[in-house]
Amino acid sequence: MVMYFLRRLGLALVTCVFISVLSFVIIRLPPGDFVDAYIANLAASGSTVSVEQGEAMRREYGLDRPLVVQYARWMGRVLQGDFGVSMAWRRPVTEVIGDRLWLTMIVSVSALFLTWMVALPIGIYSAMRQYSFWDYLFTTLGFIGLAIPNFLLALILMYLGFRYLGLNVGGLFSAEYIQAPWSWARVWDLMKHLPLPAAVLALAGTAQLIRIMRANLLDELRKPYVVTARAKGLTERHAVLKYPVRAALNPFASSIAYLFPYLVSGSIVVSLVLGLPTVGPLLLQALVAQDMFLAGAIVLLLGFMTVIGTLISDLLLMWIDPRIRLGGR
Amino acid sequence: MRPIPMVERVALAVRDLAVQFASEQGVVRALDGVSFDLQAGRTLGVVGESGCGKSVTARSILRLVDRPGRITAGRMLLDPGTAGEVDLATLDPESKTMRGVRGGRIGLIFQEPMTALSVHYTVGNQIIEAVRQHSDISAAAARNRAIELLGEVGIPRPETRLSAYPFELSGGLRQRVGIAMALAGDPQIVIADEPTTALDVTTQAQILALLQRLQREKNIALMLITHDMGVIAEMADDVAVMYLGRVVEYAPVEEVFATPRHPYTRALLRAVPSILATPRQRLSTIGGAVPHPGSRPSGCAFHPRCVEQLGAICAEQSPRPIAPGQAGAACFKAEQGAAA
Amino acid sequence: MSTATAHPAAEDRYAQATQLQLTWWRFRRHRLAVVSMVVIILFYMVAIFADFLAASDPHATDARRSFIPPQGIHLFDEQGFNPHVYGLRGVRDPRTFQLSYTPDPARKLPVRLFIRGYTYNLFGIIETDIHLFGVVGGRPGESVFLLGTDQLGRDLYSRMMVATRVSLFIGLAGVTLSLFLGVLLGGISGLYGGWVDMLIQRLIELLRSVPTIPLWMGLAAALPRTWSVLEVYFAITIIISLIGWTDLARVVRGRFLALREEDFVVAAELSGASQGRIIFRHMLPSFASHIIAATSLALPAMIISETSLSFLGLGLRPPAVSWGILLQDAQNIQVLAGAPWLLSAAVPVILIILAFNFFGDGLRDAADPYG
Repeated sequence: MVMYFLRRLGLALVTCVFISVLSFVIIRLPPGDFVDAYIANLAASGSTVSVEQGEAMRREYGLDRPLVVQYARWMGRVLQGDFGVSMAWRRPVTEVIGDRLWLTMIVSVSALFLTWMVALPIGIYSAMRQYSFWDYLFTTLGFIGLAIPNFLLALILMYLGFRYLGLNVGGLFSAEYIQAPWSWARVWDLMKHLPLPAAVLALAGTAQLIRIMRANLLDELRKPYVVTARAKGLTERHAVLKYPVRAALNPFASSIAYLFPYLVSGSIVVSLVLGLPTVGPLLLQALVAQDMFLAGAIVLLLGFMTVIGTLISDLLLMWIDPRIRLGGR
Repeated sequence: MRPIPMVERVALAVRDLAVQFASEQGVVRALDGVSFDLQAGRTLGVVGESGCGKSVTARSILRLVDRPGRITAGRMLLDPGTAGEVDLATLDPESKTMRGVRGGRIGLIFQEPMTALSVHYTVGNQIIEAVRQHSDISAAAARNRAIELLGEVGIPRPETRLSAYPFELSGGLRQRVGIAMALAGDPQIVIADEPTTALDVTTQAQILALLQRLQREKNIALMLITHDMGVIAEMADDVAVMYLGRVVEYAPVEEVFATPRHPYTRALLRAVPSILATPRQRLSTIGGAVPHPGSRPSGCAFHPRCVEQLGAICAEQSPRPIAPGQAGAACFKAEQGAAA
Repeated sequence: MSTATAHPAAEDRYAQATQLQLTWWRFRRHRLAVVSMVVIILFYMVAIFADFLAASDPHATDARRSFIPPQGIHLFDEQGFNPHVYGLRGVRDPRTFQLSYTPDPARKLPVRLFIRGYTYNLFGIIETDIHLFGVVGGRPGESVFLLGTDQLGRDLYSRMMVATRVSLFIGLAGVTLSLFLGVLLGGISGLYGGWVDMLIQRLIELLRSVPTIPLWMGLAAALPRTWSVLEVYFAITIIISLIGWTDLARVVRGRFLALREEDFVVAAELSGASQGRIIFRHMLPSFASHIIAATSLALPAMIISETSLSFLGLGLRPPAVSWGILLQDAQNIQVLAGAPWLLSAAVPVILIILAFNFFGDGLRDAADPYG
């Protein structure tokens, strides 16, 4: 078990390095560099920078050094918590990101919980009562969920909410709490606003997982150990929940590993449509404005948080499956 | 020689059991009128090729046949002729009574020890669960009973095995655990569905010996399903030969081997490789294959493959079923022979 | 479960059918999948004949006819069967003095089939100006606005036709690239195993555990503003193909791994067949259907990717038209409330995704009922 955990940890670290390289690539992709953009920015507001000043800035930021060195310097600063300065906001990146990263994680994790809580029981029910009315209903809903891209769903819901209920269903906070400092009241306000974004985000993943759970459980239900369990005199519900569900949970839990990155990804676009104060809108702004330190930092942090989330779900999987715990493969 | 059993009470009487499955191709009659008796202290060997309905019979007795299958006719009388007689066919499969029967009155042993036990729970967990399902005892007492059961089935150092997972045990040990689990509720009837098919020959012998011993000690009515005539010869007191959902021959084991009545039985016996055969002698086979129950041949189900068939009568008419409780065969030729 | 029938002739037919025929027969039984296949074919017909089906120039803007609601075609009037729409009438807003057009019931414009409209290249080579239907004798700027107009006065219906072409073909191109990458890497992985396999597997796992949208957004945003529409088209195609290849690679690798052990492959090796012959003649045919199924299940992801990127403004750029670009106009909720027909591009997106999903599912079940 320890070996398994260490291996997953090692993999997580490698993934983090990979993400940092990718983020750096994104930062440096657009033609020109930070100093060019800075000069252009200043020029737009009227002030000028001389060529020598420009060169001096370059040396100071290490932009005259080879790319690998720049990467190392950037990572070095990142590991100390310094993500550079945002061009557009003229403030340190960490300040600009502020709460948004946490809010992104909260929305994604809520969607994750929602997915589990909904997909698991429905998947089990659908498998046990195959071909029943509810099974068909859930299957159809599932297909609809699969078919509507989440941002489209958000758009449609926004429109319906606005048109028929006259309210703006987007956002994570009511007007009075947007800028307010954190308090229990603010947390409660957040919870009240979470269900819609979480639901929109969770829909596609939930539909997918219901199908997986249903298919896996149907496979397991055909196996001999289920009959053995029922031959002991257990009720159908007890026997199914204890045995085949446990077995079907395995592939279920391992899909969770890839569900979390998918949710974090999806939250970017959904939060744009719903106007959530998360990382999504900020990232888009940064990319459009070519504010590369900000954009790169966001990508990096998103990646890191995702890896951590995935690692946690790996631990969950370890707990569920005794074969891993006892050193099997 | 088996000792003559002290009591020959009928524990389970199955009469004209019929089970159907609704499928896209139409209705499939998996069992078409099956009758037999299970007597305390005696072993009924049920033999036949794959697809003849042996396993469906076992499942039907325990009401574990899943949709779209259902029992359409027949009775399964538990303790027939006594005050507590109950027809399992009429019970609601999920009712407390039926669940009490499962494991408590009738136990089931499986073919594949590899897949019959869940890999997610320890052996102890699974046996104790069976124990506590049928008796109201404390966890500690149940644990002791589990250790006792493991010991009864011949597992050395049973207290250490409770915390083992099934995948940590060998095939033979796993099957013993399966037997222990089947006996956990102290059933008077045990159905063993090909219990040794998945085991190697040495282990097979051990398991069979174990079953014999347990049967003697507890006076259990054992229904042993197999396709191996050797196992039948070794273990069975009575034999029911099944073909395509019907019992085609029913007789004590000595009669089945010495004077088989049904052509199918004769063919099965011929197909057993013999140590006395001359070298290079071809193995005898039964021509053709078992038809799908959905496309049952007209008349006698076996007639297309029967080398002794009597022509028109076998092709058009269905032989009379065997009278329950008596030896006989469902065959026109056998009838003729008996009459002569 | 045996599917043999009682008639020996039918059994023979069954036993002699090729793999493809068997797959097709099994596929035919899933009615939903067959319907989906028809839908997909229809969509691609629209894509090919986009300009023919369009009623007016998709790129023509006219601020005065902005936000016209969808015009229904009236089939009958006093003279009997006479399909027509209403002409447009200029109306000056009393407060802003801005001129705008509204439908004018007094003027009837006949709608007929096979009329002459703007010129285009059918199949890219034949220059023609015939369209399936349109108005006859209208003033410039008038047309059958089946789906209304957008803010710039562009005919949404015609734009939808052209957008279908762009979105579907980008999806196809993207999935082809993905397929190529997937088969290449998945094949190498599955066939050769060892450390090559491990390396590629790690790469795939890495890509899957990273939130991809921010990465692709980054890549898309890095495309220089100076690139032409076509260059952007290609670049976006490459970017979205990078999204989907991992799933395809996994399917291909799984198939190769399973097939390597199959007896018929060993038999081919033992009889001296070359590596290439084994791969192409023996292995590939047996999982061709799986690949097609996986590909059609991957297409929706391509379409969603392009639609999302374009919706965000990071994908295709005007004057290109795709579903994502059409939906961009729907972003503003106030505008949308006043002109809900702007959301109509959502319908083809949802339909095609459903269709590909059902089709791919049916195909997958038909290719391997046990797998």
